[in-house]
Amino acid sequence: MPESDAIVEVHSPRTGIMVVAPKSDVDLSRSPELRQALREASDRRPDRLIVDLAEVGYMDSSGLATLVEAMRTAKSTGAPLILASMNQKVRAIFEIARLDQFFTIVDSVDAALSV
Amino acid sequence: MTQRPHIKLELISDPTYLCGARELVASISRRLGFEDMDCSKIALAVDEALCNVIRHGYNRAMDRPIWISVWPVDGDAASPGGIRIVIEDEARQVEPDKVKSRDLDDVRPGGLGVHIIREVMDEVVYEKRTPVGMRLTMVKKAPRPVEPPALSEKRCCPTVMTERAPGRVR
Repeated sequence: MPESDAIVEVHSPRTGIMVVAPKSDVDLSRSPELRQALREASDRRPDRLIVDLAEVGYMDSSGLATLVEAMRTAKSTGAPLILASMNQKVRAIFEIARLDQFFTIVDSVDAALSV
Repeated sequence: MTQRPHIKLELISDPTYLCGARELVASISRRLGFEDMDCSKIALAVDEALCNVIRHGYNRAMDRPIWISVWPVDGDAASPGGIRIVIEDEARQVEPDKVKSRDLDDVRPGGLGVHIIREVMDEVVYEKRTPVGMRLTMVKKAPRPVEPPALSEKRCCPTVMTERAPGRVR
């Protein structure tokens, strides 16, 4: 698969910061790729892990579970995990699952960089 | 429910096709008068129900059948109407009263599907099918009376011109 077709992009805009950016909806068929990308990013021991959800129009409970797992890992390593650029529909799913208070959610990746 | 569904879709238990089921349900919900956010939530409930069938009912086997049936529900003076969605399978049977959502204060991965379905939909009923499989019936009431699409909308979308007001279920 060419890199441009990657379902999840991972990059480091600054030393110690990893940004994981899913490029499609996150459902049962796609959450394994997100889980793998988050694990690989976490394995690099960043100071801060940002999940950029700007291109995620939809997420189901498998995506929520993946992010909860990543948050648990982040807490164990001491590296904050921040969710950025979440649209209203995805935010509604977090609210239904009452996870909106569990995560740090900000409006943009720039905001996540300055938290 | 004796009346034929207005839409019946059969798909295999492959998560690849969840997106198609979501788009169908969201699109039909929109035509029945639901707001955009409600359409998204109804599609989410269907997605979660399908995921539960795939993961727990079929143990992730990807070649088993699932059926989605849809009926519009007419409104009247006592009820705003809405949409009825039935999901059926040939999966492992469980006692309907054992299908429960978990404690959300225990934040951990997984186990949110049933909670989401019950939170989003107004009526949720699990039943055993005869002789095999399960049936999930979900109803979402519209925020206002459901009306047939306007003629101008039909001209824009000829593929849905077969929608009929007569024969709706209550």
